[in-house]
Amino acid sequence: MKKNAPGQRGLLQKLILAPYSVWAALFIVVPLGFVAYYAFTDSAFHFTFDNITRFFTATSTVTEGEISREVHTYLLIFARSLKLAVISTFICLLMGYPMAYIMARASDRTQKILVTLIMIPMWMNFLIRTYAWMTILQDTGIFNGILGLVGLGPVHIIGTEGAVVIGMVYDYFPYMILPIYSIMAKMDVKLLEAARDLGCNNLGVLRRVIWPLSLPGVISGIIMVLIPSISTFYISQKLGNGKFYLIGDAIEGQYVANNLHFAAAIAFILMVILLVCMALMQRYANKKAVAA
Amino acid sequence: MKPASKVFTALIMIFLFAPIVILLVFSFNEAKSLSVFSGFSLYWYRELFRDSETLNAVKNTLLLAVCAAAISTVMGTAAAVGINKLRSRYLHAVMDTVTNIPMINPEIITGISLMLMFVFVGRLFGAATSLSFWTLLIAHVTFCLPYVILQVLPKLQQMDQSLPEAAMDLGCTPLRAFLKVEIPEILPGVITGMIMAFTLSLDDFVISYFTTGNGFQTLPIRIYNMTKKTVTPKMYALATIIFFVILALLLVSNLSDSDGSQTIKAAKQKRQKHSMKNHA
Repeated sequence: MKKNAPGQRGLLQKLILAPYSVWAALFIVVPLGFVAYYAFTDSAFHFTFDNITRFFTATSTVTEGEISREVHTYLLIFARSLKLAVISTFICLLMGYPMAYIMARASDRTQKILVTLIMIPMWMNFLIRTYAWMTILQDTGIFNGILGLVGLGPVHIIGTEGAVVIGMVYDYFPYMILPIYSIMAKMDVKLLEAARDLGCNNLGVLRRVIWPLSLPGVISGIIMVLIPSISTFYISQKLGNGKFYLIGDAIEGQYVANNLHFAAAIAFILMVILLVCMALMQRYANKKAVAA
Repeated sequence: MKPASKVFTALIMIFLFAPIVILLVFSFNEAKSLSVFSGFSLYWYRELFRDSETLNAVKNTLLLAVCAAAISTVMGTAAAVGINKLRSRYLHAVMDTVTNIPMINPEIITGISLMLMFVFVGRLFGAATSLSFWTLLIAHVTFCLPYVILQVLPKLQQMDQSLPEAAMDLGCTPLRAFLKVEIPEILPGVITGMIMAFTLSLDDFVISYFTTGNGFQTLPIRIYNMTKKTVTPKMYALATIIFFVILALLLVSNLSDSDGSQTIKAAKQKRQKHSMKNHA
């Protein structure tokens, strides 16, 4: 083979990135365009805003006991998804942050064991784990069985928003711990010692040193829990007993009913909202990085 | 560890493992019930091995994962090499953004977007069914690629640039320098990327749900269909087997990793959807 001149290196460079560029354009970017395309067209593929407006204006009646009221179907669904996702993320953070802290302070061998233990549920199939919770929380399930042993009455959890939150927290909890833990494990212990030398008590060290430094991990964890929580559909189907319709259920339901255009509209709106939130978080993270 | 920490850790572990323990125990249940244990039996394991649809799904899933991992590793490594060599900051940023999209996007959106495109193109060509094993494979490669790139690119960036240059000074063509010098350097990243791609493909449900067709069932989809009907402990038997296989793999990888760095690295990388490096 002859030696390549510097100019020819450029050609090889361009060629090597070509397969991926084509693939990415075709299978990452273009499909998103299709979501928009389907969202803004009707079944004859004529341009229309109907799908989008349907999301915002569709109403249905909700009956609670004796009272019936008209609600905006999809706005209610979205608000509910957001509410449950935020609650689940918050609980994950509340449980995960101390756990990550404890892990980061533990001995190396203990850390290794704990990390492995936390990884095991992550590797188990998501559907089966959720289904197992369903059997635990049934009215005649194991949770109520244990409560019965201590003499407490059976609690109706399955089919409530609480059950869906439990399911979400359980399924996404490891994704909250690991980013926080990995940042904390790398934290310079000398900074903590310095803070103590300068007079901080434990709470002060936590507030002034540990929390600000762990913030990137916290944000990472929040994003990794919030996004799947908002868009899940299996958890709500199984633990919400089908009564709870989240955004993911709405999309899936429309897909199964072959209303692809409306499904695309819902997906499109979800995409836009998430994009806006991500951009805002980026800006917040950048501001913090500049200030730091 | 302080006692309070021990109690907290124990509670968290109970929370994490309670459902797993339950499904382990009930896979050996004599009766059909999933909440009342009546006796020990291997009946459901025998049922599982007689269930050809599930066994077929296992075969399909493994086949798909191997193909997806292979294709995405090759393409992803090439992409990482290409991205690393980019000189334009703008192009670099564009590539970074596009690569991040499948990681940040909710799976349901990735799945729906691919499905819509496949259905549209299928109808354009007058095909009877638009979705099949091939659309599924394309979808899997698509969501595996970013993770491969994320593993290989740092290795390339950390690599000493003078090594391939020295090889070329000694007479190698750029291609030979690449094969003999760069590839061994980045091999750990490539292998980790391949393993990640394999496991992501094995476990994927949402994207597979929207992009598979022609009756090609992967294991997660088979499990989904099983849970739509009455579930017997047969599914728990399946889960138990999966659990012990995973446990064995994790134990083996732990034994060959004495200081825990690989475990911790693998845990961080298993679903590192949001690389903070990109935002530093």
